[in-house]
Amino acid sequence: MTAPLLEARSLTRHFVVRQGSWPASHKALLRAVDGVSLSVGKGRTLGLVGESGCGKSTTGRLLLGLLDPTAGEVLFEGQPLAKAGSADWRRQRQLMQMVYQDPLGALDRRLKVAEQIGEALEIHHPEFSRSIHRDRVAAAIEAVGLQAHHADRYPHELSGGQRQRVVLARALILQPRLLVCDEPISALDVSIQAQVVNLLLDLQHSFGLTYVFISHDLKVVRQISHDVAVMYLGRIVEYGGAESLFHAPQHPYTQALLAAIPSVQQRGIARPTPLQGDPPDPAAPPSGCAFRTRCPRAVQICAEAMPALRETGGGRKVACHFVEPDAAAGLAAA
Amino acid sequence: MTDLAADLPVTAKPAPKQAAKLRRFFAAWPPAMLLALGWVLLMLVVALGADILAPYSFTAFDLKARLQTPIGMGGPWAHALGTDELGRDVLSRLIMSIRMSLLIAFFGTLIAATMGTTLGILAAHLRGRFEALVLVLIDFQASMPFMIIALAVLAFFGNDITLFVVLMGFHSWERYARIARGLTLSANEQGYAAAVRNLGAGSWRIYGSHVLPNIASTLIVSMTLTFPEIILLESGLSFLGLGVQPPLTSLGNMVGYGREYITRAPWIMLAPSAVIVLTTLSISMLGDWLRDRLDPTLR
Repeated sequence: MTAPLLEARSLTRHFVVRQGSWPASHKALLRAVDGVSLSVGKGRTLGLVGESGCGKSTTGRLLLGLLDPTAGEVLFEGQPLAKAGSADWRRQRQLMQMVYQDPLGALDRRLKVAEQIGEALEIHHPEFSRSIHRDRVAAAIEAVGLQAHHADRYPHELSGGQRQRVVLARALILQPRLLVCDEPISALDVSIQAQVVNLLLDLQHSFGLTYVFISHDLKVVRQISHDVAVMYLGRIVEYGGAESLFHAPQHPYTQALLAAIPSVQQRGIARPTPLQGDPPDPAAPPSGCAFRTRCPRAVQICAEAMPALRETGGGRKVACHFVEPDAAAGLAAA
Repeated sequence: MTDLAADLPVTAKPAPKQAAKLRRFFAAWPPAMLLALGWVLLMLVVALGADILAPYSFTAFDLKARLQTPIGMGGPWAHALGTDELGRDVLSRLIMSIRMSLLIAFFGTLIAATMGTTLGILAAHLRGRFEALVLVLIDFQASMPFMIIALAVLAFFGNDITLFVVLMGFHSWERYARIARGLTLSANEQGYAAAVRNLGAGSWRIYGSHVLPNIASTLIVSMTLTFPEIILLESGLSFLGLGVQPPLTSLGNMVGYGREYITRAPWIMLAPSAVIVLTTLSISMLGDWLRDRLDPTLR
């Protein structure tokens, strides 16, 4: 845990978008990711949660270097990411892979499973003989729990869970150290979701993988993550260990998110009301705290100053005016 | 019971087996497709072997045998499809016309498909100014009837067979460019192309072995639509006297020429017309069928 495998320092990505129809259109700056700093230790899992459009996926792509940041930097094993397309970039690609939300879309439907999986080897290790190549592919297929006869199938002949396993096998064949999973299970059936989550946990155990797990499914994030970062409108609003964060959320947004989880156990216990309305337009965020428009506790200061992400003890960080630094009890008790 | 069961296969097996084989064969190759394929192959043979197959030189006059009727209408075997008003053998002229028209359509389609696909993929890859330029060119071409462009070009630059083929190549390139650009963009944005790029693949691999094969079925179908269109366009221009110039001959040229004799000698015009209809129809049908065959999800 001395040097983190992956570290992001005030990662920022802005997009210039056009708003309005033609004569009245104007350019606006969309702050998809705005000063995100995080680090993930080797063999650990960081859960990245938030509503759609909060910048989770953009953060994931920035972490992998698939998108250039407007400002800030990403360090992988202490080294900054190489420029896209360069030789160093290709070398780094082997060590950091992505798992996609839509496995059917991420696979070439004209190629058989074995060819898809083997392609990563072809790109990075063209020197491998045919037998080594075949053995590696077979090993990857086995590692993700597919049968050998699946190798000759086309993606459309497989079930959703099997497709996601193919995507995982393609990522794993290069023996990466980091996997960024972008909503890997949200397109799957509930029964399959559990299988894929268990597979991810098994793979982490046997290969010592590090995950950045992007999802809006809080239950799964709680199950799989060591640490969790909650994002709202391109910023991290709360960060902490999964258990303590889910047990005692400090930021009003996290509390509202957790309140939105359907549950049968807590009937009768007073819970914060789930969120109303949509997140504000990220191209025209509210002044001060971005969450104040939907926050039940918002007061004058929230519109004036943007709260910084501050340590609140126990390795946790919260960006809220109401949470006192180093007062872990803070809002959760209130 | 056991005897019967043992007996049955010996006598009854061969017939159903063959029938099933036949049925499977026709399921994979529907009869209409076989006919279309047969016709296209015949046209190819005719085009390639025109010099050997033609019984007479296509420019040879036989003034004593002018406007001779074809076999079916009581004519002699010497001129199977009759002769025109100068006594030239219609069959020989038809064979040379098929060669000329197929040649023009083939190279025209090839030029259009190559140019359009390349520009479309480049536009999707480079984006920015280049893409804007390609889009403007596409809109320019699409907003002007190609017949008018072709007439203008032929009127200005005169007629020459090379120029004519290249000109046909500019027909409908914008369709390929649009398809290729759209499909490449969607593949790059989310999906297999992005996934392969994230694996660390270079542009050649992404476009050459993933994007192009995946969009090829759409492009091939597009080609089978353009091919008949070019035959028809060539026929139209030749009919107007701006396409293939005499003494060279093409299907459209023959139709245009035979128009004057439609009441007295309809065979001059009917033979090339039938070839145009059958060829374009066959190629369209084959294209449709090919689309299904090329898609592994429909197999």
